[in-house]
Amino acid sequence: MEFFRNTNIDFLGKKWYFLGFSLIFSVAGLISLFFWHHVPLGVDFRGGTLVYVKFKSTPNEDQIRAALDKAGLHNARIQRYDTAARNEELIDLPQRVTKSGDVSGDSDLTIQALRSNAPQGQQDLNNVGFAAIQKALGESDPLHVAPSEYEKIAHQIVDFRDKQHDWLFKDLDEVRQAGVPAAVVDALKKGFYAGDFHVFGTEIVGPQVGKQLQKRALLATLYSLAGMLVYLWFRFEMIYGVAAVVAVFHDTLITVGAFSLTNTDITLTVIAAILTLIGYSMNDTIVVFDRIRENVKMMRRESLAEIVNRSINQTLSRTILTSGLTFLTVLSLYLFGGEVLRGFSFALVVGIIIGTYSSIAVAAPMLVAYQDWRSSRAGQRVPAGSKGKASVGAK
Amino acid sequence: MQKNIGIKIIVIVAILLVFTSLIFLGNDWSRSIAAIKEHGLMAGLKESINLGLDLQGGVHFIYQVKVNEAVSAQSDHALELLKEKFPKADVSKPDPDNQPDKIVIKSLPSDSVEQFNTVAGESLLEYDSPRLGPDSTYILTMKASALADIKSRTVAQSIDAIRNRIDTLGVREPTIQEHGLGDYQILIQLPGADDTARIRALIQQTARLDVRQAFGSVNGFPTQDAALQASGGVLPLNTILLPGRDVNAKAGDQDRVYIVAKVPVVGGTDIRSADTGRDESNRPDVVFNLTRDASQKFDTFTSAHNEQNGSPDPYLAIILDNRVREAASIREEIGGGQVRITGGFTEQSANDLTTLLNSGSLPATLVSIEERTVGPSLGSDSIRHGVQAAIVGLVVVMVFMLFYYKFAGINADLALILNLVILLGFLGLSGATLTLPGIAGVILTVGMGVDSNVLIFERIREELRNGKAAAAAVDQGFARAWVTIIDTHVTTIVSAVILFLFGTGPVRGFAVTLTFGLLANLFTAVFVSRVIFDAILSRKERGAALSI
Repeated sequence: MEFFRNTNIDFLGKKWYFLGFSLIFSVAGLISLFFWHHVPLGVDFRGGTLVYVKFKSTPNEDQIRAALDKAGLHNARIQRYDTAARNEELIDLPQRVTKSGDVSGDSDLTIQALRSNAPQGQQDLNNVGFAAIQKALGESDPLHVAPSEYEKIAHQIVDFRDKQHDWLFKDLDEVRQAGVPAAVVDALKKGFYAGDFHVFGTEIVGPQVGKQLQKRALLATLYSLAGMLVYLWFRFEMIYGVAAVVAVFHDTLITVGAFSLTNTDITLTVIAAILTLIGYSMNDTIVVFDRIRENVKMMRRESLAEIVNRSINQTLSRTILTSGLTFLTVLSLYLFGGEVLRGFSFALVVGIIIGTYSSIAVAAPMLVAYQDWRSSRAGQRVPAGSKGKASVGAK
Repeated sequence: MQKNIGIKIIVIVAILLVFTSLIFLGNDWSRSIAAIKEHGLMAGLKESINLGLDLQGGVHFIYQVKVNEAVSAQSDHALELLKEKFPKADVSKPDPDNQPDKIVIKSLPSDSVEQFNTVAGESLLEYDSPRLGPDSTYILTMKASALADIKSRTVAQSIDAIRNRIDTLGVREPTIQEHGLGDYQILIQLPGADDTARIRALIQQTARLDVRQAFGSVNGFPTQDAALQASGGVLPLNTILLPGRDVNAKAGDQDRVYIVAKVPVVGGTDIRSADTGRDESNRPDVVFNLTRDASQKFDTFTSAHNEQNGSPDPYLAIILDNRVREAASIREEIGGGQVRITGGFTEQSANDLTTLLNSGSLPATLVSIEERTVGPSLGSDSIRHGVQAAIVGLVVVMVFMLFYYKFAGINADLALILNLVILLGFLGLSGATLTLPGIAGVILTVGMGVDSNVLIFERIREELRNGKAAAAAVDQGFARAWVTIIDTHVTTIVSAVILFLFGTGPVRGFAVTLTFGLLANLFTAVFVSRVIFDAILSRKERGAALSI
């Protein structure tokens, strides 16, 4: 089976379309970055408190907001998490500066604010860890056994709650189904009640950490780009390195722009996805460049534009195949990967399309444009691979 | 040629076996084998591949250590010494918050200057020699090396104290280490833990306990003003006001204000050990034993101040983290070096206090600057989804390769599987942690693994189209594609190494899996794939067609 054979598309002839396409998306991204949503930084970078809550019944966002306001937690951003049927909400609180600098208070305040009808002196079984259950059972000792027995039972109850019951017991009688002795359930009823919600995750990041992470992620990315530039300079020519880095920069800009346009938070995991797409796009560009270098040596008569065109066509089959297959993997991650991976796989889906496009439409034409510019000044050709380091070895 | 291929195949199979077993055995074989024996093969996998908190669930904290507090405490010693030696001079710390090590000595009598220089030279070794400032004041600042030493020691001591406290929780494989470079931060990761509030309290409590003389009234005063009034408008010499509430007070009672001595009779370092015990009415209490010096000091103090000899203010206050926890009258001299804190304890709070006292107090306050909790089921959810999606993607890719490249597709699929096996084996062996960003690294690895094969196969097809014989086409295809593969892989490895050096946690996780994956890929895509081709070619007649 073969999809592409001896294609001969004049890619360079379409460079103005490419330029237009790239400009539209870059500028749209830039406009959103500067004037609309700006860079929608996730809590990792901007600091703040995130509380992930699952409710028993459909949550009322206005009521939640009112409860939070009453507790002094203002300007909360409350949004649905995952599908509506799951009754999950993400509460996003801005960073508050406290006197001690401690950041951990707001998540506790949020839980207290949501807890509206708690019976006096009882603990919420839907929001305790196994340690609290173990402790309570150990103190009431309904089975008259060793304390370590209760550790097992506590784990059993929490596992049952989290895995079989979607984190929430409707009432304490449901605990019986976990296979624990009735005496245990009766003992639990004295100290616990089944609350209306379960907090399944919190993220609290102080402003200081956020800045630190921002700086380090940015520096690491810039240094790694510089590293690639130096390696390509060494293996090819300076302009090859520059063109590849510009292409990668173009991809990053458009991807970050897409996050800004859709107002999706950029978290640390998204940064990992952006690094992946940088690696991927760089890989794609190098494949084309390698072919150009090889052809420059064999086709001494043709102009660089022809060589570049030929090289892109020769590698087109591989480019489409690899991108298509990687895209399928990433798409499956986006479709089936669940809510946690959403931002991450979104970056990859956008990144792979743009990364493939840019190696053909940005990096390669830049080489030709540079050569045109040079020859208009001095009338000479880009000495691709002329250092002789890039010997294409036939054994 | 034939023999050569045989050896190569043996090498490949051996590597496959070694890395497959590494996936299940990890780097701690005895434990993994025990787990496999007890719970089956998957337990070994769980044992050997460390999952990050994002995949496993647990609690993650980062604390800032207020190292300046420790510096300040250290310079207080110097301050006291100078005050004692030169009572006429005005010794002070002008900027205790930002420059806790700086001490200024004003109006030093001129006949004491020589003695001052001697004291500074002999007793204040951690200080630079005094600088003469304007208005004939002397300025003492700590040596940079001493300052750095105190700060790093403070972090190390805090880590020790935290580790002792965490150990009582029974968390498996906790991470407690310095975080960042020179930021005086501590990272704590507790996989599987879910009682955030209690753990936080346990970590953050300074647990600085001391016993001081109390003044005016053993029950304290309702307000600051009342306390001042009772002592005639001015506090007695060398005393301060501290808030607190006696543990035996009724619930709902307001905090009271106590007048206590500035200098403790018994300080935190005077406590040798603490135990949980029972009082006469069988309620839990906490007993702490004093060191020999301290028990002598305590004996002397209580014999001088007690109700029997009618001395004024025969009161003791037990102060925990700058709050009065309990105050009592001293009835008689207390010998034996034991102090008992009674009343108001539950079993758990008595145990917690004992743990804190035995683990040592924190040398400085910890401020929480980051905290994340991931519910264990959320973590396993993202694993399940991630793995499912990855498997769907992988199967689609593999099926496609079979269709598109026919027999050679098997070749690529084998290389791909071997690549993943080696990558996971590496992870097991190195004990590196697999996180969500790490999975991104795996995806890029798979992508580049597929790419290497596609590059080679397309090149072979091209050579075949140009009329080359099968063997020559394979030879040329590999040789040509090799150059490209080296370039793409080295570029990406270079960037991954830089990311590892300069990045933080998650970015590093990405870099580690990517580097391992690409190294494995260089081996599988180029060496393994080649050997399979050669093996097939050697069985064919010369000139027979290649299924690609």
